[in-house]
Parts: sequence; structure tokens; C-alpha cells
Amino acid sequence: MTEAKNITIPDEIKGYTQTRLDVDLTTGKVTETRLSNEFLANWIGGYGFGAKVLWDELKPGIDPLSPDNIFVWAIGPFPGTILPTSSKYGVFAKSPLTNMFGMSISSGSIGAQARRAGVNLIVFKGKAAEPVVFVVDDDDRYSMSCEDLLWGKGCWDTEEILREEFQDQRLAVMAIGPGGERMSRLGCITNDRNRQAGRTGMGAVMGSKNLKAIAFRGTKPISVAKPKEFYQLAKKLIKVANGPATSKYRDLGTPAGLTSYNKLGMMPTNNYKEGTWEKITNGEYTGETLNEDWIVKKVACSQCSVACDHLARVSKNHPDYPNLVASTDIELLYAFGTACGNADWPTVFKCIELCDDLGIDGISGGVTAAMACDLFEEGIITKKDLGYELPFGSTKNLVRFTEEMIRGEGFAGEVFGDGTLMAGKRLEEMGRENASFHAMNIKGLEMPAFDLHGMTSFAVGESVSIRGACHLRNGAYGLDAKGKFDRFAYDKPVERGNAIIDVEDIYAVIDSYIICKFTRGVYEDDDEMTKVYELVTGIPHNGDSMKERGNAIVTLSKCFNIREGWTRADDHPPERFFKEAHTKGPAKGVTLDEKGYQKLLSGYYEARGWDTETGIPTEETLKDLGLDFVIGNLEPPKKKGGKK
Amino acid sequence: MATARSKTKKRGGKMHQFIMVDPDLCTGCETCESVCSFVHEGTFNPINTRIHRVRIEPIFNIALACQKCEDSPCVRSCPEKALEQDNSTGSIIVDEDKCNGCGFCIRACDFGVISLNINTQKALVCDLCENMKEEFIDPEVGEPEPQCIAVCPKEAIELKNVEQIGEETRIEAVKRLFSEQLEEYEN
Repeated sequence: MTEAKNITIPDEIKGYTQTRLDVDLTTGKVTETRLSNEFLANWIGGYGFGAKVLWDELKPGIDPLSPDNIFVWAIGPFPGTILPTSSKYGVFAKSPLTNMFGMSISSGSIGAQARRAGVNLIVFKGKAAEPVVFVVDDDDRYSMSCEDLLWGKGCWDTEEILREEFQDQRLAVMAIGPGGERMSRLGCITNDRNRQAGRTGMGAVMGSKNLKAIAFRGTKPISVAKPKEFYQLAKKLIKVANGPATSKYRDLGTPAGLTSYNKLGMMPTNNYKEGTWEKITNGEYTGETLNEDWIVKKVACSQCSVACDHLARVSKNHPDYPNLVASTDIELLYAFGTACGNADWPTVFKCIELCDDLGIDGISGGVTAAMACDLFEEGIITKKDLGYELPFGSTKNLVRFTEEMIRGEGFAGEVFGDGTLMAGKRLEEMGRENASFHAMNIKGLEMPAFDLHGMTSFAVGESVSIRGACHLRNGAYGLDAKGKFDRFAYDKPVERGNAIIDVEDIYAVIDSYIICKFTRGVYEDDDEMTKVYELVTGIPHNGDSMKERGNAIVTLSKCFNIREGWTRADDHPPERFFKEAHTKGPAKGVTLDEKGYQKLLSGYYEARGWDTETGIPTEETLKDLGLDFVIGNLEPPKKKGGKK
Repeated sequence: MATARSKTKKRGGKMHQFIMVDPDLCTGCETCESVCSFVHEGTFNPINTRIHRVRIEPIFNIALACQKCEDSPCVRSCPEKALEQDNSTGSIIVDEDKCNGCGFCIRACDFGVISLNINTQKALVCDLCENMKEEFIDPEVGEPEPQCIAVCPKEAIELKNVEQIGEETRIEAVKRLFSEQLEEYEN
């Protein structure tokens, strides 16, 4: 068994409810068990809980959309306290998009309500015979049939209807829309209208289990281990979290990055053909313009001091989308904006609304649309296929494409309705050669808003991310953007590896707590971040012991991937970065160099204590991290054609 | 922050002051609700809050607490005479021995800011943290002060009295009506 080293675990633990629910959807049976103190101290919450449960209980090699998949819901010790950004939850399963470790984190009111209802971890298995909502209403936990009431409804309606049904406007609802219902591999989960557990197709997993929604409300008080000290520290953190440390998320918001990344040539434009865009340079498509012309309100999740959610509103006089309100951030402005060559703000907002309400991941959705635009311009798909034209910069047709993609309708839905990896495969099966070259994903997950031409450190960071192309498992883009290493060079492989690991391990802790990465900067250091854990739970972790848990959590989820058939070749950016350079901007003429990239990748493995050739953790490393139970169990069940 | 007693005018020996929230600043984060229960009970449970966040989707956010109405309907409605208005602070004081949780006060309140404590079933009304737990009093302040104001990350919550609101409105109106003259004086 694993042990959190060198710390004494107290008998009485606060913060956590320690309640695990096992929900067998096939039989409807709900079982309650108590999480041990050791489990809490070792796996912290959220990501850690998900990684451990999936490793222990998921049968390797299963079809992620079959009843064999396990859908894990988890929080840590903080929701419901006033720790800034503490009301977060995570969902975990084998991903139908990547066939590897799937995870997604969302916020809003779910964490706080669930914590007050007394649950810490829910493990869903099997498949319900008909569509159900799983309800956690304090100690009443049950499945409720919902075919007539909710099936086919969007996420927003679902939330509203359930709140009416329970006569409680504060009922916390996480739901899937038509996207998840039809098991689109892009399916997301939406809660509190504008918050999504978007990535890796967790909505499709809910859909595959006939689980339309989960609703929470609770009335139980939450005690912390050291109330007085916690209150003092929390008050300070709330103030700091509304200070300079988070201003970039509050003022212009993340869309400020449109300008800064454009300057560096790292703002993906026209499906990564370019890294700079004249519509940004000329001020038409910037964070400033967005805020001046469109943003009407900034809204917060429960217990958040930052309030990053920038709500944009289209005027009531707009011919197509009157009074539309959409939740914006840079990722979505990239996905349906720069990546699709589209600078028409209302079009971007409409596409965001479709994704959030009908229930697919906005990043994956936009990048898939960008692939379609790219293929249209290349002549690989045509107007005859789609029924309409779809060049870069399309507006109404982009909206049409997006809705068809989500609903699985028409050519757009049939080919692109499951993301870029599947679209490439399907088109190539149809004889459209080279289609996959335009599929901008890693491990099957569509890329976030960073152009890797000339980002050598993040090329590795994004590629090694456990869940596929992702900027939230390690923030290694900062190493390139802030110039910590030469972003065009391939020197110092092990030092770079260590720098990536540094952010990756602390991010794993943040994702286990779970708090928001936007408040990473409000803590003086890792020790203060751990102090707050001790004040709430009473478990005396310190900065070092906590970071070691982060390392163990990353390594265990990596082992999950290996058991599912991962190989070194999966840690690789799309070919476009190696073969096709920008024609302008700071990264003009630059491509990634295969040999250089592989050198940096080996450096990362070496720094991790993983085999530098295969990327598989060595026995010594596994033992060091207390992951002895993994040893001898890494072999995939049998060769299956699941991988790309 | 305008929370200290000294900043509040008394009028005929009375302070008609209450919690006011600016909907332009309020983000709906619910921190005020959590802290309200915490400083009174020592545990976080916003179901026992005395300040209530209201969100009208998709844009509008605000929080409401007792408005300390004169001749308060809640006081008048209570069949048990469990509620009383403090003359000097305007706060509604609940006599927990008399309160039987009938909820008449909740029905009488025009702002929906009275609720029943989930554990005791006694009426809960904003007391401007008069009765907060001593251990949570900020040592630098040295006396109870409304904690929702102290923690609100957006400084959206203020303690106001009717006099102050009238005066601020008058000054704004004068600035608006006489902007030209005011500019002349300034130059």
C-alpha cells in the first residue's frame, strides 16, 4: 500500500465528508462506504481520487462507451468553505476521445452543494435501463426516471426544469445535452449554465450510462480543523485573490492573451497555418474590443473572489442572435475565432452558446470546425459534401456546421461529430488522403490555444499531458512565453524536463484539492498552499510531502495510460508543426525538429525517473512514490486496434 | 471601508442602517452567505445565512439582507411577540425562547430576508454581526463588524443608512444639474 511519507495522520479528519457512494446504474443499488484516513492523506481529493479509483477498479482495454466504463465524480476537502475558488468538482473515466485517462474539472455551485449533502466521491458503474437523473438530496440518494421530462433537452433547460421540479433555484445540476445523449465523443457536462466539465468526452460517458444529469443539494454544516486560523488565512487569501495576482483573469480576462500571444507568433490562426492574425494586430479581435463592445457582466462561481466569467451580450437589434448571452474566455475565442479565421463576434458567441447548451466541449468543437474549414480550403471536403461553403472566416455557415456537428446531423455530423481524430480516420477511409494532417490533436484531444511552432518546451509539456493536448496539466507554456528557455532551441533537455515537472506536480495537487489554477498565484509558496490544507483537514502535510503526492498522482494516471496501450509515439505533437511553417510573424519559417523534440522528450522522461527510451516509469521510481501495487501490472491486456 | 460606528449618523437617537449591495459589483460568489453562518455558528452552512444571494440568469446578481424597516411588518406579524426592533440600531432581535418557528415573519417580510435556522427552526435575521463569535473578531478592529462586508471580494457590500443614501443622491443630482457651473468654479 502507498503511504504519505513522514506525516502522522490524525484520527479525526475535518473538511472531507469521507463518504463514498457506489451507484450501480444497472440495478439502481446505492451503497455507502467510508473513505479511510490513509486514502484521504495519500490521494488528497479530485484528480488523486479519480486516478486511484480508475487504476484499482477499471478493467483495462474496455470500450469507454460501454457499461464497463466507470464514471467517477469527486471533490476534495474544500468545497463549501470560503477558501477562494474551492467549489470545484472533477469527473474521471476512460476517455472515449483518447481511449486513455479521461478527466475534466468544473466549478460553479456543484462542489459546495454536494459537500453540504455529505458526499466526497461517487463511483457510477453499469448502465441505467432508461434515462435517469441521479439525485443527492442530503441523505436521500436515488435515481429518478427522466425520459419524458428531460431527454432531448439542452443543458440549460435541464437545469431550469429540475430547479422548478425541486422548487429550489439553488439546486446544483450537472447535465448533458443532445451531444452527450448521442454519445458524441466531444460530449461535455454543463452546470450552472456557463460552467463545463468539457474535455475528454465525459458527457459521452454519462450518455452511455443513460445518466442525463446529477442534482445536488445539502444542508449540513461544514467544520474545519482550525476555524480561527483558517478564517484569518482565508480572509487574507480572498483579498489577495482580488489583487494583482489575478488581475489578468478579472480585468480584460484571459482574452488579453489574444494580443500577447499574437505578438509572440503563438496565437493559432486558420487551424495553425499561422501564429499571428491581422485582425488582432489591427485591434478588431482583441480583449480590449471584446470588453469595450460586448462584455456586460463578470460573474463568479461559488466562493470565488476572481469572477473570471466574462459574459458577452449581443444587442436586441441583431438580426440573427438578438439578446444572446455567452460566456467567453480565450480558449473559446480561439477555437471558434482565430482557429476558424472568424472575427465576427456574434458568430463566436453563438457557437459558444451551442456548445455549452447542447453539450459538447467548446475547445474540441471549435478546433474540429477549424479542421473542416482547413479541409474545405484544401478541397478535401467540398460544398457538395456539406451542402454549403465553409472557408476560413465563415459566419452563418460556421454556426450551421457547429450545430450539425453537435447533433450528429448531415455530413458535418457524420464525419466531424466525434472530433478531429475520428474525422481524419473517417475521411481517409472515404479515400480523402492526408485528411488527418489537418487534425490538430494530441492523443485524440483537440489542442488548446497555443501554437507550438516555436514553443519547444510546451511542445513537450502539452504532448506528455496525461489527458492529451492540454494546457491545464502543466503550465509549461509559461516557460516559452516568459523566456525561461530558448523557445526555438532544444538545449538543456533535463533542466527543461525538471521545469515542466515542477508545474505539473503542483498542478496535480491543485487538481486534487480541487481549486482553480487562477488562484495559484495568491499563495506565497507551496507551504502556504499546504498550510490551508492542514488548517481545514488537520492532516499535517507540508510543501514537500504534498508535492510528492502530486508526483505520485501524475505517475499513477500515466500508468493507467500505459496499461491502456500508450507508447512513446503518443507523446507527440501533430505533424503540421514539423512540416509546415508560418509564412509570417515571429515564428516565420520555423518548424519543430523531430530529433530535437525527441531529445527534449527523453529529457523529461529522465527527469521523471521514467525509462528514457520507453517513457515507462522504472520500478525504482514506482517504489519511491509508494506505487508498488503498479509493478507487474503495466502490460496492456492484449493488442487491440484502439490506438491511432 | 465604511463599517465603523462613528461614521454613522444618528437621527433622533436612531440609526437606520442596513446592508446594501451594489448589483454592478456583485458577482454572485456566495462568500457572504458562507461567512455569515460561519461567524455566528463556527461552521460553514449558507442555509443558515442572514444575507441571501439572488441570481436572475444570466446576468443579474445581488445579495439581500434585512432592511431594518421602521414599524417592521415582521415584528407586527409575530403572534408570539418574539421579535423586537432595537431602537438604536434598528436591528430585529429574535427572542429564541419565544420564537416557535411558525414563519409568520417570513411571510410578512417584503424582501424575503428572514429564514429559519435549519437546526433550531428559529427565525434568522441580519444582526449586523452584533452577535458574531468573539474568536472571529478581527483583532485590529476589536469589536464586531459585519463580516460579509469584511470578506466581500468585490467590496460590493456596504453599511448604509437612509440619511446617507439621501445625501449621496442629492450630491449626485446637484453635480448632474449644475455641471456647467461646477466646472466654472473649478477653473
